[in-house]
Amino acid sequence: MSDSLVQARGLRKRFGEFEAVRGIDIDVRAGEVFGFLGPNGAGKSSTMRMIACVSPRSDGELQVLGMDPDVDGPQIRARLGVVPQQDNLDVELSVRDNLHVYGRYFGMSRAAVRVKATELLDFVQLTDRADDPVEQLSGGMKRRLTIARSLVNDPELMLLDEPTTGLDPQARHLLWDRLFRLKQHGATLIITTHYMDEAEQLCDRLVVMDGGLIVAEGSPQELITRYSTREVLELRFPPGAEASWPETLRDLADRVEQLPDRLLLYAADGEAVLAAAHRRGVQPTSTLVRRSTLEDVFLRLTGRSLVH
Amino acid sequence: MSALRELSREFDARRAGLLVRVLPPGLYAGRARMLVMRSALASRSVWLAIVSGFFEPLFYLIAMGQGLGSLVGTVSGPSGQQLSYAAFIAPGLLATSAMNGAIYDSTFSFFIKLKYAKLYDAMLATPLGPVDIALGEIGWALLRGGMYSAGFLGVMLTIGLISSPWALLALPAALFVASAFASIGIAATSFMRSWQDFDLVQLAVVPMFLFSATFFPLSVYPSAVQWLVQAFPLYHAVSLIRSLTTGVAGWSALGHVTYFVVMATVGFMVASRRLTTLLLR
Amino acid sequence: MTGESMMLPDRKPVLAGWAAVFRVVEGLWTWYSRNWRATVVSSVLQPLLMLVAFGIGFGSLIATSTRAAQATGGVPYLVYLAPALLAVSAVQTAAFESSYPILSSFKWRRTYEGITATPITPGQLAVGQLTWIALRLIMSGGAYLLVIMLFGVVRGPGVLAAWGFAVLCGMAFSAPLVAFSAAQEQEGGAFTAIFRFVVLPMTLFSGTFFPISQLPRVVQPLAWISPLWHGTELARGAVLGTLQPVAAASHLGYLVVLLMVGVQLTRWQFGVRLTR
Ligand SMILES: Nc1ncnc2c1ncn2[C@@H]1O[C@H](COP(=O)(O)OP(=O)(O)OP(=O)(O)O)[C@@H](O)[C@H]1O
Ligand SMILES: [Mg+2]
Repeated sequence: MSDSLVQARGLRKRFGEFEAVRGIDIDVRAGEVFGFLGPNGAGKSSTMRMIACVSPRSDGELQVLGMDPDVDGPQIRARLGVVPQQDNLDVELSVRDNLHVYGRYFGMSRAAVRVKATELLDFVQLTDRADDPVEQLSGGMKRRLTIARSLVNDPELMLLDEPTTGLDPQARHLLWDRLFRLKQHGATLIITTHYMDEAEQLCDRLVVMDGGLIVAEGSPQELITRYSTREVLELRFPPGAEASWPETLRDLADRVEQLPDRLLLYAADGEAVLAAAHRRGVQPTSTLVRRSTLEDVFLRLTGRSLVH
Repeated sequence: MSALRELSREFDARRAGLLVRVLPPGLYAGRARMLVMRSALASRSVWLAIVSGFFEPLFYLIAMGQGLGSLVGTVSGPSGQQLSYAAFIAPGLLATSAMNGAIYDSTFSFFIKLKYAKLYDAMLATPLGPVDIALGEIGWALLRGGMYSAGFLGVMLTIGLISSPWALLALPAALFVASAFASIGIAATSFMRSWQDFDLVQLAVVPMFLFSATFFPLSVYPSAVQWLVQAFPLYHAVSLIRSLTTGVAGWSALGHVTYFVVMATVGFMVASRRLTTLLLR
Repeated sequence: MTGESMMLPDRKPVLAGWAAVFRVVEGLWTWYSRNWRATVVSSVLQPLLMLVAFGIGFGSLIATSTRAAQATGGVPYLVYLAPALLAVSAVQTAAFESSYPILSSFKWRRTYEGITATPITPGQLAVGQLTWIALRLIMSGGAYLLVIMLFGVVRGPGVLAAWGFAVLCGMAFSAPLVAFSAAQEQEGGAFTAIFRFVVLPMTLFSGTFFPISQLPRVVQPLAWISPLWHGTELARGAVLGTLQPVAAASHLGYLVVLLMVGVQLTRWQFGVRLTR
C-alpha cells in the first residue's frame, strides 16, 4: 500500500458513448491540498464523484483511503466530507436541522451531532441564522452551510467541488482560512476551482485537466516555471487593431498569446520587451508588465478552448 | 395553433380598449394573449396531462352513473321530474371539472410559475404588466376548461343525457364558472407563502366537490347543512348547469349568474392588486 | 496523518443494514415533523369527508332499494363503505407520497444525492424511503380508524386486521410507483397521467363504492389486477367478518408479490440513478 490517500491509475469514466475521463493517474498524499483545474467539461466533477464513491469507474484502478470504492464504498464515504458542485441541502429544513439530519446519516449519536452542529455553525458564521429555513438563505450562505455539513463527520479527506463559487470576497477569505486550518489539523483536501488565485493560495499540488486528460501536474510554482516565463507584458489595443501585431512582435518574446481584448507577451524581462515594441512602432492603448501567474499557465495549456 | 392564436387575440382585444384607459400605466400593456400563447406552447410538452383532464369526469360518469346508478334507479331533478342517476350527476361533473381545471391552473401551476420558475419576473422585465399576467393566466385556464367542457357535453349528448336545447348554454355557463374560480384561485395563491398553504385549497375544494349536490340532491341533508351547501360556489355552478341540461332554466339561473359575476370581479380585482404588490416591489 | 491510521480502514462505525434504513427514516421524519400539517387534509380529512358524503348521502338514496341491499350483503351502506375507504385513502396517500416527493428528491431538492454521499447506500436509502411511506400509511390509516370507531361506524378486532391490509395494499401500489418515479427524468406530465389514468380509475372501479359485479362483465377482469380491489376485499371482509380463507390467501398473495417486485425494482432503480 502506498502512502497516497487517493491513488488512481488509468482512471476512466464513460457516460454511454461519451468518455468524460480518459485515463488519468493521480496520487493525493496525506495532509496536502490537491487541486483540479480545467475548463468547463474537462471532467473534474466526474473525477471527484468517482473519488467520492458515488459514481463507479468505467475502467482503471482507484483506491481511496486504501480501499476500493467498488467494494468498500460506505466505509470510505464514512470518512469523507463532500461539497458537491451544486448544493443539495434540504431547503425545507432549518439550517441546524440540515446539520443534525446529515450527521445522523454518518451514524453519529444525537448528542454528538448537536454539539458538532453548534460548533460548525460558528465555524461558518451562520449561528444567527440557525433556525431559519435554508430556503431563505442567500446563495453564499447556502454554500457555507454545505461546507459546514461536509465537516459534520470530522472527515479525513475532503472533496470540494468549486467550494467558493458564488461567495463574496469576505466569505472566500473566510473559507480559505477555514480550509487552511483544517489542513493544519491533518485533513487532506481535494479541491476544484476556476479561480486561479485560489488555487495558487491553497494548493500544494495541482493538475490541469482538459478533455478528460491531465495535461500538466505539479506545485503552482513548478507549473509557472515550467509553462510560463518570469514576466508577462500585456498590451491592449483599440478593438480590431491588434490583428496585425503578433507577427511583428513574435520574435521579441518567448511566446505570444492573443486574447480577444489584448496581447500577452511572455518573457523574462517585460520592460525590455516593451521598450523593444515601442521601437518597432507599436502603439497600444495601455500596457502592463506583471509576474506570471497560474492563469497564464492555464491559458497556455487550455487556451484554445477559452478563446472560442 | 392558429385558431388558438385567433381566440386569444380576440379575448385580449375585447378587454384591452377599456382596461388600458382605466388602469395606471405600467400595469397593463394589452398583451395578455402573449401569456396564453406561452401556456399553449408550454403545454405541448405535457399534452398527455392536458388531454387526460378530459377523462376525469368521464371516469366518474361511468363509475357513478353506471355502477351506483344501477343501485339507485331514478332521482328527482330540479323541477321534480325523475332523472336517471347518470343524467342527474353529469351536469354536476361538468361543473366540477370546470372548477377543478380552473383551480389547478390558477393555484398549483400558478404558484410554481410565480415562486419557482420566476417566470413572471422575467415577463415583467418586458412591457408586460401584472394585469396582463392575471388576464393571461385566467384566459388560458378558460381555454383549457372550455375544451374539457365542450368535450364532456359532447359525451353527454352522445349517450343521451341531455334533454333540452338549453344545454347549448351549458358551455358558456361552464366557462363563466371556470373564470370565477380561476380569478379567485389566482387571488388566493398570491397570498400563499409555501406548499404548506395548499392544504387550504384542498380544504376548500374537497368538501365542495363532495357536498355541492353533485352526487345527491340537496334534500338528503339536514336543513342546517343545506344552508351551508347553498353558500358554496360549486353548488351554484351545479344548479345552473343542471337546470340548463335538463331544460328547466328559469329566473333562478340569473341568481346563480350574479353570484359568479360578483365572484369573478372580486377575484380579478384582488388578483391584479396582489400581483402588482408582489411583482412590482 | 500517517500510514498507520490507514491500516485501520474501519476507524469510524459504519451503519449496517437496518441501522442505515432507520437513519433514513429518521431524516424523513424530521422533515415531516416540520411539515405534517399539509398532509392532514388529504390523508385523514378527505377519506372522512368522503365517508360522510357517500355513506350518508348515497346511503339515503338507496335506503329502500332491494337491489342495493343485495349488493352490499345487507349491511348499511355506511358500514359497507367505511373499510373500503380505508384502503382507498391508503392507496391515494401512497400515490402522492410515491410520486412528486420522490422525483423532487432526485431532481430538484437533490437530497438523495446528499444522502448517498454518506455511508448510506442507494439500496438502503430505497428501503428507508419505502419504510417511511409505510409509516405514513400506518399513521393516517390509524387516525381515520380512530375517528370512525369513535362514531361507532365499525368495531371489533377485524378493524385492526383491516388496518394492516390497507397498509399492505397501499405499499403494494407504492413500491412499483416509487421505482417508476425514480426512473423519471422530466416531470413531463407523467404523474398527472398516472393519477388520472391509474389512480382515479382504480379508486372508482375497484369495488369501493359498489361491488364490481355491477360493472359490465368485460371490464371486471381489470379490477383483478388493481391492488386496491384486493385491498378492499380484504379490509371489508375483515371488518364485516366475511373473509373466506382461500380468497383471503390469494388476495394477500397478490399484494405481497406486487410489493416484493416493487421493492426490488425500487432498490435497483435507486442504484442505477444514484451511481452514474
Ligand atoms: N451524468 C452524465 N451523463 C452524461 N454526461 C455527463 C454526465 N455528467 C457529466 N457528463 C459530461 O462529462 C463531461 C465532463 O463533465 P464534468 O462535470 O466532469 O466537467 P467539469 O470539469 O466538472 O466542468 P465544470 O467546470 O463545468 O464543472 C461533460 O462533457 C459533461 O457533459
Ligand atoms: Mg464540475
